[in-house]
Amino acid sequence: MYKVAVMGDYDSIYGFAALGLATFPVEAPEEGAAQLKRLAADDYAVVYVTESVAAGLQEEISEYREQLKPAVILIPGVSGNTGAGIAQVKKSVEQAVGSDIIFNGEN
Amino acid sequence: MASTQIIPTRMELAKQKKKLATATRGHKLLKDKRDELMRQFLELVRENKALREKVEAGIAAANKNFVLAKAATSDQVLNTALLAPKQEVYVEIGMKNVMSVEIPVLQYKTRTADTNDIYSYGFAFTSSDLDGAVKSLADLLPDMLRLAEVEKSCQLMAAEIEKTRRRVNALEHVMIPAAQEKIKYITMKLDENERSTQIRLMKVKDMMLEEARQERIQADKEAGIINDAV
Repeated sequence: MYKVAVMGDYDSIYGFAALGLATFPVEAPEEGAAQLKRLAADDYAVVYVTESVAAGLQEEISEYREQLKPAVILIPGVSGNTGAGIAQVKKSVEQAVGSDIIFNGEN
Repeated sequence: MASTQIIPTRMELAKQKKKLATATRGHKLLKDKRDELMRQFLELVRENKALREKVEAGIAAANKNFVLAKAATSDQVLNTALLAPKQEVYVEIGMKNVMSVEIPVLQYKTRTADTNDIYSYGFAFTSSDLDGAVKSLADLLPDMLRLAEVEKSCQLMAAEIEKTRRRVNALEHVMIPAAQEKIKYITMKLDENERSTQIRLMKVKDMMLEEARQERIQADKEAGIINDAV
């Protein structure tokens, strides 16, 4: 039985606590890296990370790309949508196809 | 490409032919795998894109509601309200095998079946904006989990497609031409050897014929001398 975590700045994620997801407020990128590592080692199948925090964790996140667990999914935070989430999807397309044929240069 | 040392023997030829046959078969199979993976991947990635747009829009709307709720309620009250959640979400990971890629299938369970358990607070001290905000987020949860499943599958499949494509290219552009080149080299070398053996035999035959003719002339001559003497 696995759990679901949400990581990001407090204002963006406190609402998820009500749904029963585990929330982990982080501020600095280093803090986020350590937290992500802990979550990955623990029983978390899905970790939602806000885009603003994920911006400082590029390397750590791409480490988990090819592992089955956890699924690190970017979500927009309260500060707005930076497009980093959709960029992850784009990256998958580029990796598989060789060029971006789904988005065709939009965004 | 005979730069690499190969011994032109029939055994080596048979070995190379076998290698070529295996490579060709592997190439065909891997190409089929790549095509099928690609088809499924494109389907999945389209869903991924749609889901992501939906989830991102939903979260943006929910965040707006939360900002409103925060404006109407004091921080302490809000923190206390969300301090002890009643609900909990568990996820079960199943596996699905798509063309030898293991992709996860997420099934989520909540601790209690009651949908109202997302409100972990009494309604007396919080504004109704908070209820709306929490509700909008709760409605989004199934889509968010589906997004996690689809996005992870896409990432895993993309990695596998990349690997398969490399293998297909390596077989098509390196392994198969190299084997063909070697086969050609060995066949030509063997043919050449055969021709040179034939020539050698013909030469030897000529020499032997010549020798025999000389001997006969010699013998005739000797016989002639004897005849002359008589």
